[in-house]
Amino acid sequence: MQTLDFEKPLSELYNKIDELKRLSEEGNVDLSNEIEKIEERAEKLKKEVFSNLTPRQVLQIARHPNRPDSLGLAGLIFDEFLEIHGDRTFRDDPSIVGGPAKLGGFRVMFIGHQKGHDTKEKIYRNFGMPHPEGYRKALRLMEMADRFQMPIVTFVDTPGAFPGKEAEERGQAEAIARNLREMAGLKVPVITVVIGEGGSGGALGIAVSNKIYMMEYAVYSVISPEGCASILFRDSNKADYAAEKLKITAKDIVGLGVADAVLPEPLGGAHNNWPETATTIRTRIEKDLKAYKKKAPNTIMEERYAKFRAFGQFEERKEKA
Amino acid sequence: MIGQRENSPPLEGSMSIIDWFNNREKKTHESSKLDIPGDLWVKCYHCSEILYLKELEQNHKVCEECGYHFRITPEERIHFLFDKKSFKETDRYVSSVDFLDFEDTEHYADRIKKAKSKTKHEDAIIIGKAKLNDKDVAVGIMDFSFMGGSMGSVVGEKITRIIEVAAKDKIPLIIFTASGGARMQEGILSLMQMAKTSAALKKLSLVNVPYISVICDPTCGGTSASFAMLGDINIGEPGALISFAGPRVIEQTIRQKLPKGFQRSEFLLEKGMLDMVVPRKKLSDTLSSLVSLLDPHTK
Ligand SMILES: [Zn+2]
Repeated sequence: MQTLDFEKPLSELYNKIDELKRLSEEGNVDLSNEIEKIEERAEKLKKEVFSNLTPRQVLQIARHPNRPDSLGLAGLIFDEFLEIHGDRTFRDDPSIVGGPAKLGGFRVMFIGHQKGHDTKEKIYRNFGMPHPEGYRKALRLMEMADRFQMPIVTFVDTPGAFPGKEAEERGQAEAIARNLREMAGLKVPVITVVIGEGGSGGALGIAVSNKIYMMEYAVYSVISPEGCASILFRDSNKADYAAEKLKITAKDIVGLGVADAVLPEPLGGAHNNWPETATTIRTRIEKDLKAYKKKAPNTIMEERYAKFRAFGQFEERKEKA
Repeated sequence: MIGQRENSPPLEGSMSIIDWFNNREKKTHESSKLDIPGDLWVKCYHCSEILYLKELEQNHKVCEECGYHFRITPEERIHFLFDKKSFKETDRYVSSVDFLDFEDTEHYADRIKKAKSKTKHEDAIIIGKAKLNDKDVAVGIMDFSFMGGSMGSVVGEKITRIIEVAAKDKIPLIIFTASGGARMQEGILSLMQMAKTSAALKKLSLVNVPYISVICDPTCGGTSASFAMLGDINIGEPGALISFAGPRVIEQTIRQKLPKGFQRSEFLLEKGMLDMVVPRKKLSDTLSSLVSLLDPHTK
């Protein structure tokens, strides 16, 4: 597994533990005291490191190559899931996956960005950066869900919608805009979990939702800190500073009222324990599904509308000052 | 004519939000005035023709020689389009707050102050009601010269309010866009304005009130990917840059030059994203026709 720079002191300790264990086995000597001490130190250090992460370090965890992805989590969370394909207009976009699923007796429609892990899959998935047909596939699934009274669950994990020539030609802006408008009219609840990277409009295109959750080390941002640094700060080395200023961490997003809650991750980040991560998400979704079962379709739509209508901070005065 | 603007200076020819920020400390006049006493003459950005300012204004700030559409202020738009003195601005004093205490090369709070004094507007949009050929319309006009027309909480709120007016009064809605996209200084809340405005348009569509989006130069990012592209009718101003990702970002991604005219109005018309490209001089008549043809609430 790839080690992030701030995880290095930790992994050095773990290596030492492994070494001592091997020595004690090979030499038939009892080193359990020493091992235990180092293990304690490692646990303590881990807690320290992970309770003092900078936004930039959080971003690194959010982008971790072993971060649980949509398809992996879907397999762990749903009792049944059938992937379906295509926007019925141009092609199937592998950057967005989805299909009908079952969770604790509930029928749901699942939709998520899929980044991919190894190089081959990453290229096939276009690093989780959808083309317009991805958003159109998502909308097709959502409209189907609306007709068949299936709550919608979406997982957000994308650097952003793909900034490419063909994507522009086929109407990237229109595809995202249409999703924003049509999601506002859905009469089934939409529950979104930002599982990794919430990259701008490309994330929002499947996240006009009744409930929005942030995984503890997930981020959600109007622009990537790198992009912001090169545009606003005119210095791509200022990405760390931009990450701080943009307020992209789970806590910040909840603080600004955009997300409803932070879902805790296993110590050391979700990449250390996929099943535990899946259980946390499943428990949350199941609770919501039960609550929404009692609500009328119109109420569900109006609640979502009211949530988004209220976003924004400004001041207003009667006359010119 | 338009669409082959390789001669135009980078300032006006192909400005995205990135270019705007890169150039924001250079001179950014809406039309480059020459150093001739009285500012009587301007040079066309596209064909370099020297134009008599008065004639240019009479021609709705369109170059007689090559058809280049100069960027114009909201006031000029109102003057060119609507019945005389019919525009009544509403919700004027809604202004931006630096709630993230955002600082890049400058404090956001200072940027707001400067933009206000430069444009005499409270933010990058004005809204109100006007008459078009004696018919009531709800109107929103963006101002690119206010921080690149970027959409923060104020733009999102005012767009939403004018959509709500159109829905309540059942009068057609016309929005003129000119925007580099979301206002980064407001972080995630600027992104949410895309959803907020688009959701309001869903409500408008449910009461069968027509919405005409007039997309002006330039309209990019979060603005194009929300209310700008959602018109029942999408009209492009000739030669306007209309994009999700700006040309520079795409060129960096694909590591090749984009063809001439890429992401211009005429290109989007060809790709099926716009209903029409209408020269400024004909816009008032076209809008008037569309309103009377589409509006089911016309008495
Ligand atoms: Zn000219």
